[in-house]
Amino acid sequence: MDFDLKRLGFTLLGLLIVLNWGMLMSAIMRKVGARVARRYGIPWYQPWIDLVKNYALRSQITHGIMFYLGPVFRISGGVGLFLFMPMIIGSELWMNYSFQGDLVLLMYFQFFGMLGMALGAGEGGHPNSAIGISRGLSQFTVIEVPMTLAIISLAIQYDTLSLVDIVKAQQGGFQNWTVWTNPVATIAGMLALLGALSHSPFNLVKAPNEIPIGPPTEYHGAFLGVLRTNAAILHVVEAALFMNLFFGGATNWFEFILKTFLIYFWSVFVGVVFPRFRIEQSVAWFLKIPLVFGILAIILYM
Amino acid sequence: MKDLITKLSKAFELKDVVYQRSDMTFATANKENLISLITHMRDNEGFSHFVMLTCTDWIEDNVFQLTYILNNPTDKHDLAVRCMIDREEATMTSAHHLWKHIATYQRELKEMYGIEFPGSPRLNENFILEGWDDIPPMRRDFDTKQFSADTFFPRERPETNDPTEYMKKQLHPKDWTEQKAK
Amino acid sequence: MSEEKNINKFENPDYAKREVTGPDGEVFIVDPIKDYFSDERPQVYLPNSIPVVEKFLNWARAESLWVLGFGTGCGSIEIPPLMTPRFDAFRFGVQSRPTPRQSNVFIISGYLAVKTLKRVIRSYEQMPNPKYVLALGSCTINGGMYFDSYNTINRLDQYMPVDVYVAGCMPRPEALLAGFNKLKELIKDGKGEKANEYAENFDWYKANQKKIIKDWNMPDYNW
Repeated sequence: MDFDLKRLGFTLLGLLIVLNWGMLMSAIMRKVGARVARRYGIPWYQPWIDLVKNYALRSQITHGIMFYLGPVFRISGGVGLFLFMPMIIGSELWMNYSFQGDLVLLMYFQFFGMLGMALGAGEGGHPNSAIGISRGLSQFTVIEVPMTLAIISLAIQYDTLSLVDIVKAQQGGFQNWTVWTNPVATIAGMLALLGALSHSPFNLVKAPNEIPIGPPTEYHGAFLGVLRTNAAILHVVEAALFMNLFFGGATNWFEFILKTFLIYFWSVFVGVVFPRFRIEQSVAWFLKIPLVFGILAIILYM
Repeated sequence: MKDLITKLSKAFELKDVVYQRSDMTFATANKENLISLITHMRDNEGFSHFVMLTCTDWIEDNVFQLTYILNNPTDKHDLAVRCMIDREEATMTSAHHLWKHIATYQRELKEMYGIEFPGSPRLNENFILEGWDDIPPMRRDFDTKQFSADTFFPRERPETNDPTEYMKKQLHPKDWTEQKAK
Repeated sequence: MSEEKNINKFENPDYAKREVTGPDGEVFIVDPIKDYFSDERPQVYLPNSIPVVEKFLNWARAESLWVLGFGTGCGSIEIPPLMTPRFDAFRFGVQSRPTPRQSNVFIISGYLAVKTLKRVIRSYEQMPNPKYVLALGSCTINGGMYFDSYNTINRLDQYMPVDVYVAGCMPRPEALLAGFNKLKELIKDGKGEKANEYAENFDWYKANQKKIIKDWNMPDYNW
């Protein structure tokens, strides 16, 4: 692949758009949660202020090299997922760096950040971090199972592992979307998405009022700022992945924003309705219902 | 209950029996008899629940009053056994072998009153106060106000007025000076 | 029994500094206390030299107050209603954080026992630099109704710098919200530099703290 400055510029611009859209989306969702609880809620620009404040804190301590590398791994997971994700279908410039066979790489990047976080939080040395990270890894492992089964089902259906080809096959009207052509895999994928976005029923790992905030217990200041930046990117990119896989991708930015919003809203909608699961409950749940749908999706397309 | 108390009075030399309520009785026992009395109450009379152990400082009589409160869950009756021990040599037989949680009460009394319970587990560990090196704070000869003033940097208080006098002076200064002159 | 009292890591021989010979015959020095504690002193962090940038950062700090969820006295019952629909402190950018590393505001909610003060100091020193203390109730001002108690402190400002006092016994959540707004004004005016004040007068604060905390089994400064 030739080095193309214009392409790089558009990718970075896309990253900026995705970051800000992720921040705004998380603010909107907190606002939704507040209105459900009959509160006024935060101002819509609160996530940006928090981010500026976190980066502006003066004193920071370190626990070692892995403590620095944890947030770096985490954000490279999020940015890596973005880089290989086609944003707008049909536009050369917004396709980022997606290439043939990138679905496997995307699956890897989803797990990569989590592993980096595990190393960094382990170096922090706080017992709450260790408990949090063991919970997080066990939950993410069971989330991966139905998600992978759904993606394999799609790969069999479209006979390709390229995300671009999967999206292109869904163009030409909403009746071509995977959600109609392969509903079983869609159900498995969307249920796994609930865990991947870690909203209410499955937010035990990072809920502030569980064992204090889990893996990022020791992270503060700019470290926490990096983690928050990554969370904003990751939420949009996860939603974009599912948009590309199941809902026909996006042909312009308006469609992109509408679809990612609705996909993200699905997890928030479930989140405000259902209370938090304990870790053994969520593991059992993922191994029951989404796994059954995932296996069914494989069997139907064998 | 009265029958039980009269029966026990001879064996355990109970004094000052007060029938406080229909479901609560107070009695005073000797230091020597007390442990055997509560053991008997627990094993034979159904007082299976130990409610609490507390202490009162009678500085005028130079004694500590230990109060052991037992409860009979079937009859719903409380029995409080008082025991006077000498204030200078404050030592009492430990009762932690009867109910385990008595050890915690004894730790508290050791810290707050300085009463020794030989053989009681973890007796000398910190209970609430950490690193206390004065006389035990709940003893009445401990001047807590003076201690606080010496230790905790008290803030100087502003001048205060009696509201009645102050308003009289403000509203009726003539009457007030006349009243003062008398 | 009395030997077991107050197990102090600094005096425990198991944690003493010693030389260890490795399997290759190499000799190196092991100091286990250093693994648990650092003996670094707090530093003074100067504000940003460009006034406009510092003003902007102060605005961000004022609009995003993260409160440490540490209830020290009876006033901690006034803090949970702040997050309920009736008072809704989220409107003002106030959130509660579970760990001192991520919080900026320490609410001393009412009376402080000496035992609690020790934990408060540890938590306060772990908070990152621009940090603010909001003292709640008359107990933190002059001891309140516990002015003659043998185990509660009288004046908080002798042990750590205080930004805002909210008087009352107990102040209602509205008063606490007013306190937050006052704190915001102070930070926006650039007066929220009490953490640096603590670092400058470190020896004076430490002497006062050590006067009442008799079993000091922690380092002088908890990073």
